[in-house]
Amino acid sequence: MEQSAEELNKIEKKDLFTSGHRACGGCGQALAARLVADASGENTIACVATGCLEVFSSPYPDPSWRIPFLHSLFENAAAVASGVEAAYKALNKGPVNIIAQGGDGSTADIGFQCISGMFERGHNVLYVCYDNEAYMNTGVQRSSFTPLGARTSTTPMGNKTRKKNMPLLAADHGIPYVATATVDDFRDLQRKVKTALSIEGPKYIHILAPCPLGWGHHGELSVQICRLAKDTGIFPIYEIIHGKVSNVRKIPVKVPVEEYLKLQGRFKHLFKKGQPTPEVAEIQEIANQNIERFNL
Amino acid sequence: MLKQIEGSRAVAECVAMCRPNVISAYPITPQTHIVEDLAMIIGQGKLDAEFINVESEFAAGSVVLGASAAGARAYSATSSQGLLLMCEVIYCIAGMRLPIVLTCANRAISAPLSIWNDQQDSMALRDAGWIQLHAEDNQEAADLHIQAFKIAEQTSLPVMVCMDGFILTHAYEPVDIPEPKEVDHFLPPFTPKNIVDPRSPKGIGLFADPRFYLETRYILHRAMEKSEETIKAVSADFAKTFGRNSGGFIKTYKLENADLVIVSMGSVVGTIKELIDRMEEEGKKVGLVQICSYRPFPRHEIYNVLKDKMNIVVLEKSVSLGRGGILASDVRWSFPRAEKKDRNISSFIAGLGGRNIPMDDLRYMVEKVEKEPVELEFLGLKKELISEKDL
Ligand SMILES: Cc1ncc(C[n+]2csc(CCOP(=O)(O)OP(=O)(O)O)c2C)c(N)n1
Ligand code: SF4
Ligand SMILES: [Mg+2]
Repeated sequence: MEQSAEELNKIEKKDLFTSGHRACGGCGQALAARLVADASGENTIACVATGCLEVFSSPYPDPSWRIPFLHSLFENAAAVASGVEAAYKALNKGPVNIIAQGGDGSTADIGFQCISGMFERGHNVLYVCYDNEAYMNTGVQRSSFTPLGARTSTTPMGNKTRKKNMPLLAADHGIPYVATATVDDFRDLQRKVKTALSIEGPKYIHILAPCPLGWGHHGELSVQICRLAKDTGIFPIYEIIHGKVSNVRKIPVKVPVEEYLKLQGRFKHLFKKGQPTPEVAEIQEIANQNIERFNL
Repeated sequence: MLKQIEGSRAVAECVAMCRPNVISAYPITPQTHIVEDLAMIIGQGKLDAEFINVESEFAAGSVVLGASAAGARAYSATSSQGLLLMCEVIYCIAGMRLPIVLTCANRAISAPLSIWNDQQDSMALRDAGWIQLHAEDNQEAADLHIQAFKIAEQTSLPVMVCMDGFILTHAYEPVDIPEPKEVDHFLPPFTPKNIVDPRSPKGIGLFADPRFYLETRYILHRAMEKSEETIKAVSADFAKTFGRNSGGFIKTYKLENADLVIVSMGSVVGTIKELIDRMEEEGKKVGLVQICSYRPFPRHEIYNVLKDKMNIVVLEKSVSLGRGGILASDVRWSFPRAEKKDRNISSFIAGLGGRNIPMDDLRYMVEKVEKEPVELEFLGLKKELISEKDL
């Protein structure tokens, strides 16, 4: 369905994901899930993976969803969504928006196979990953999205590896639409959801969703942290449409990664008496590579 | 129409006549022929269904879960490692009360790897809240699939049709394949109860805190127990429509005057019946109780038909390691405690990993329990392959 630029850029507020859920204050994922639901509209089925989002939004008997919600397991949201889509096809029902959603752990680690299968088979499903860079629901353990240096409960001395690059892995499946987004820019995030849903086939949107509890920042800083993630080059914002990187967000004024790292408890150990350890330079290098690669 | 066909083909043709909307498929021996045949049936335009070639059995289960939750009649098939990989989804499907039908072409479990038949795979999932029906031969395997969709949809419980791998799936036998319109008459179109639908938004798969969880399991347990009526009624209805007895709870053979009764399930009952006939000629009265519905377990039926029988032997193709016969425990549990004293219920494990169960072994088993009860014995064990240091 073609939408005008005006429609695409409108901020939607429909309360399809209602307040009263049990997320921590300042939870980036709760905000993101609301923005995604409101951008998708009533004619949507949400297939949600086990994780913080599921737990804070779907306790029996009072879930927060005002669109149909389907949860089964931790690692199968993409396959369940494939089945829903197959049913709609077989029964000649629809059209309907089918959105599989999960955290970074369920997306990049344990559910990776199901997602790869869903992409490869070409189901008309949007997959949204809420990336908070660790297994939060079980108490902040490392995932393959945990960035270099970050302290989690299973990397108490800081994570030694770099983050898996899921958007590029998704794009390499040859799917028609991939995008990254953050929760500080409602318009951009919702435009991407609406754009994705207007395209037939599998789509992937990767949303950076700060977690005050796991990252060690005050809830009210979530939005500022997102901005810094973008302005440092740590989290590049772009779309990949039919394989072509497009609409890259240019950084207005480049900011050193220290500014981003210093706001978060999980990186505190990277600064000894206020002085950065060598890992900070390594993280700066990752940001520089992003800046170069995407021409940020 | 009577056709000389492979067991898998017979199952595929019957499944197709049930008009599933969504089928998920992943290869594993000895199940694979079933989904291959279904792919061809769809390819030839004889069935209008979405056929999804998934990337694992875990996804195969998840795809039919999603399809069923969206209102489709959904089917899949697997074996052995595939069923175990699907385990998490298997439990979830039952908890969500989705009427999915799945064929388990029974096969042994690794390690050591074995593609051959026993029933350890479906046994490993016996507690999941799925109805499990066991076929004796290919006619029954075919028939049970037609019954399975009806039972599943009437009870909102998933049904696993178990058929012995290779022995049935790969055997060519004459099978009476019904006419599509007879099946249409027997099996009405699926009217789903609880689905995800934007026109009436509902949450399916909400999590239950300790105030609610226990009750959901109790309700599921009661539903499993109550499905007995449906399983029997559908089997009776099937007999009326198609003119042959298939399925139901249990079947018996030459039980009335038997001094000794064998209890078993699956294709091995064919050999057992032959043994019973031979022994009858020799003047020995041996009977059979054949379990068709393993879950729900036919406890009361077993008690009713065996309450006067004091010598019983359970023969099964699975084992609870460190405990013993699984079916044997179920049968032993079927008798009230006070009545157990003078009753001998022996337990034999046989046929694991595709080991042949020859008539002579069965005769040995019968003759042994005629003399004394056997707590647990592995039938046909080759002592020469086991050294002292293995034990
Ligand atoms: C098969 C399986 N393994 C482990 C778990 C435990 N588990 C539940 S949620 C979760 C973490 C979720 O992490 P993520 O997907 O990143 O979502 P988040 O909670 O961080 O939003 C884990 C490990 C599970 N439910 N199922
Ligand atoms: S732990 Fe993190 S992701 Fe989970 S609810 Fe709290 S802030 Fe949100
Ligand atoms: Mg996470």
